[in-house]
Parts: sequence; C-alpha cells; structure tokens
Amino acid sequence: MTQPLLKVEDLKLYFPIKGGFFGRTINHVKAVDGISFEVYEGETLSIVGESGCGKSSTGRAILRLDEPTVGKIYFDGMDLLRLSKKQLRKKRKDIQIIFQDPYASLNPRQTVSQIIGEALEIQNIVPKEQRKARVEELLEKVGIASYQQDRYPHEFSGGQRQRIGIARALSVEPKLIICDEAVSALDVSIKAQILNLLKKLQQELRLTYLFISHDLGVVRHISDRIIVMYLGKIVESGDKKSIFENPQHPYTKALLSAIPVPDPEKEKERIVLKGDVPSPIDPPAGCRFHTRCPFATELCRKQEPELRSESHMKEGHMAACHYIHELASTPSKV
Amino acid sequence: MMSQNSDAITAKTKAAAVSDVGFRAFIRRLRKNKTAFIGGCAIIFFILVAIFGPFLTVHDPYHVDYTNKLLTPSSEHWFGTDHAGRDIFTRIIHGTSITLFIGFFSVIIGMVIGVLLGIISGFYGGIIDTIIMRFMDILLAFPGILLAIAIAGVLGGSLGNVIIAVAIFSIPSFARVVRGSTLALKKLEYIDAIKTLGAGDARIIFKHILPNILSPIIVQATIRMAYAILTASGLSFLGIGAQPPTPEWGAMLNDGRQFIFDYPHVALFPGLAIVAVVLAFNLFGDGLRDALDPKLKQR
Repeated sequence: MTQPLLKVEDLKLYFPIKGGFFGRTINHVKAVDGISFEVYEGETLSIVGESGCGKSSTGRAILRLDEPTVGKIYFDGMDLLRLSKKQLRKKRKDIQIIFQDPYASLNPRQTVSQIIGEALEIQNIVPKEQRKARVEELLEKVGIASYQQDRYPHEFSGGQRQRIGIARALSVEPKLIICDEAVSALDVSIKAQILNLLKKLQQELRLTYLFISHDLGVVRHISDRIIVMYLGKIVESGDKKSIFENPQHPYTKALLSAIPVPDPEKEKERIVLKGDVPSPIDPPAGCRFHTRCPFATELCRKQEPELRSESHMKEGHMAACHYIHELASTPSKV
Repeated sequence: MMSQNSDAITAKTKAAAVSDVGFRAFIRRLRKNKTAFIGGCAIIFFILVAIFGPFLTVHDPYHVDYTNKLLTPSSEHWFGTDHAGRDIFTRIIHGTSITLFIGFFSVIIGMVIGVLLGIISGFYGGIIDTIIMRFMDILLAFPGILLAIAIAGVLGGSLGNVIIAVAIFSIPSFARVVRGSTLALKKLEYIDAIKTLGAGDARIIFKHILPNILSPIIVQATIRMAYAILTASGLSFLGIGAQPPTPEWGAMLNDGRQFIFDYPHVALFPGLAIVAVVLAFNLFGDGLRDALDPKLKQR
C-alpha cells in the first residue's frame, strides 16, 4: 500500500480533573487512550461510536485544538506534535475541520464573504486582488449564490450554514478534512444533500476525509474504511464491507443491530446492551467492554485484548476481542 | 488610503443595515422598557445641559458677591446663592460637564484596562488567569470608596487624580464580566474554526472575541458610570477631589454642609443633581441589560 497521509500512533488525550485545596490534578478523564490508525490519500475513514467514546476528541487532538498527552501524529511524514506554534500555524492549512453545529461554527458578526475572505487572508492563498473572485468561486462550489455573500449567518438555514462552513474549510486548499459530526445536526433531506456535496468535492479536489459520526447510516453511505471506538479505544477496524457484513466484536454487532431497518416484515436479531458506558475517568480493567458484554468471561475482566485478525476475516480487518473465533458463529445479520 | 477608508465605511453602513433586524428589535425592547426610556431621556437631557447650558446662564459661576450671600431661591436666583453669593443654579449647570467628564473618562480608562485584562485572563487561562484574577480580587476586597480615597490620597487631590482613582477601582468589575464572557465564547466552534485556519491569538481576540462580548461591556459601562459619578462626588465632598472654587457637585455639597440647618438649599440642590444623574444612569443601565439579554428577564 501507499504511504499514509495521516498516521496516528498510540495517541492519548487525557483531560486533567482539578480539585482539592490548591487545584491539584486529582485524576484524568481518559478521552482517548492509546489509539493508532492510518488514513490514506483520497479515502474516507470513519470513526464511529457512542457519545463520549473519544471520537471527537481524536479529531481535536489531530488538529491540536486539544494538546494530546502522548502519541505521534504524522501528516505527510511530518510529526505534527513536534512543530512549533509558528510552524503549526503554517501547516494548519493542510488539515481542516467541519463542525457539527452550523449555528455555533460561524461568527455571527461577519458576513459570508468576510468569513471566507479572512481564511484566504490568514493563509495568504491568493493575492489580494483575486480574493473576491476566489470567494465567489468557493461559494459557488458549495452551492451558495454569489449575491448572498454579503449576508450574515443568521440569514441562512442550517444546511446553508453548513455549506458555508465547508467553503471556509476548502478555502485554504486542505488535503485532509475532519468532518466532526458534520451532518448530525441537519434534517434528513439536507443531510443527504450535504453528504452528496462532500462526495462530489472529494472526487473533484482529491480530498481525504476523516469522518466522525455516530450515525451508522451516514457512515455506510460515505466511508471506505471504518473504525469503531469504545471508551477511548479502538475495538474494531476494517473496510466498510467487512464491518457491516462481518462484524467480529460484540460491541460492533450490538451497534449494527441498532440500525433501524425500513421493513417491518424482516426478522431482526436485536442485541440490547445493558447499562451505560462506564466512566472514562476510571475505565474497567481488562477489556473495557466487559461490563456490558453478554459474552464476557474471567479472561475479559483481567486481560486487555489486542487488535488482531483471524483467518476468516478479510485483510486489514481487525478486532479487539479474546473470543473472535468462538463468537464467529453468533448472529450478526443486519 | 482614501479608498480603504471609504471601503471600511461602506462595510460599516452595510453591516448596520443588515444587522438592523437585531438592532431594531433591541431598540424596540429598550423603548418598551419604561424605566430605561426615562433613564435614557434623562441622560440625553444632562448631556445637552452640559454642552449648551453654560451659554444660557446669566450669572457667573465664579463671581463672588458677599452682599447677596445665602439667599433663598427666588426668580433671580432659582436655586438661591451659596455662602459666597454665587448663584447655585448656574454652578450646577456648569458642574454638569465636570461631573459627566469625570464619569465618562474614568469609566473609559477603567474599561479599556479591565477589558484587556479580562480577555487575556479568560483566553489564556492557567497561571496568567490566576495571577490577574487574584489581583482583581484584592482590588475588589476593598470597599470602592475606600480604595478611591487611598489612591486619591496618595496621588493628591485634583480632578485628574480623581479620574485615575475611580478608573482603577472600576477595573475589576470589567475584568470579571469580560473574563466570564470570554470563557463562554472561546468554547464556541467558530473560535476553533478560525484557530484551525491558522489565525494568531491577536486576531482571534480582537476580531472574533471582542466584537461578540460588546453587549455585556456596554451594560457594565453604563452602570459603572453611576458608580463613578457617585464616587467622584464623594471624593470631592471629602475634599480630596475637585478643589474649590470648581463648581463640582460633591464639592458644592461640602460647601453647603456647614449651613445645612439654616440654609438647607445650599446643600440640597447639588445633592439632588447627583441623585438625578446617578439614577438616570442606573435606570438606563438596568434597562439596557434587559434589552440586550432578553433571556435574563422576561416579563
């Protein structure tokens, strides 16, 4: 395989909990706890999981919006975590992010053309005289008419705002775009439009997406490969087909069984998980999923499973469970 | 340069025109609020008096005339005369600009410093935040007037020093309000977005945070005006502010103090003037807060 565009190695992001008399750090929230993965040029890699599993924190750590505790993040072969603040600011143009909330992601006091123009100005993408034309071109690309460019964000709908957010991300000509729940706040028809726009842009501009979502339907539509996270760890990863048709980890199976099927006649095996996600402050020992796993044994409570592949799994498909082989015969149909 | 200027102006007018929806709604809310409306009108009245009043008075505020001292109010001397025979009405009119000047400038100075400290504190957090805010706590721990007395006492009594003293004691209130707003704002995604684009801290602070926390700053400034005027008058009353024969209201109040039993009008009218101005700013400030933040108080 080719050189990965983004390579994350043993990334950990801990948030300190301050307390006590002098505000000492008394504990950590282990939002991301040692994950490694690669993203290849031109593909869409999705990270899925419940809320609080660390998928958004992973995205923010890659952008260094939250400083990772340990780990290495190679982008184009360069370790992002070793860049100085100044170098990082230059490098930032290569990785952009599209946010979840289209109402919070645009400055309410800037017009659309100011928002995009400022992005061009910061990274000095095009000479000053050409900026106006470039702004119009970008807006057109995402489906905003140029006569709307002097309007303020509150004059647009959620879907239009999300398009503006996309235009802003595109303005600095990035190689990788992190879509952090980019369509979760939109209603279904708008969601489909935005997803198709993202797909179209990917083909046109050879973009790479790191797509963070909890919506498996969306993920199925857009992904090439999928990573499933649970409590700050990767529990399963593989190409879309393997994950959806041949899930190995009990957690993945449970997630997939929760997708609604638009066919009342179809018999469906539903795996309902008990309880809540344990606290990321003090995650369970051994396999983190053992508190909710219907198949957990003594081994799961004691020893943490590694990501591994078995003979019946496709190349590149890995799961972190002690009993992949034994559970292979349990129902997993969706 | 010219074209840039005119560009900026057209951009501004455009902005005003487009954000009119929000602005008009704000004015509507403000006008519905009767107390704020009264306060606002009173402030405008005082400002007009400060500017045009001195040209309309017939007496000289500094003219000493012992033959006419301590006259009670009459058609010639509306508010009577003081112990040196000066017309109190004229002195109050001339004092309006001094009072507003002290209030305005001390609040502006306190605001600029307080906003800067608050924004830095909220934006950077950590040890910088701790140092700045603990220092503000120290300032807040003193009663305001006591702190102002101490500062004015150290610097010596003069109008300029009163402004500095009042400015210093209004810094912490601005710093606290701004820090809180900054903390809330910097969690919003558009701040992250602009950071991801590679913007420097100065751009984020001045272009993206400051314009969005203006409303609490304006409210704070209006309410602080009342405190500043009151404190400045207090300092003058105690003799460490404006020095006689300046027609400063606090100093005039002090002049009348000795005759309060026999000739109460000498102290009464400057006192009423102070009350009226302070009340106007307080009413307007409260109304402004309700109008800018309708979530806070809905009736």
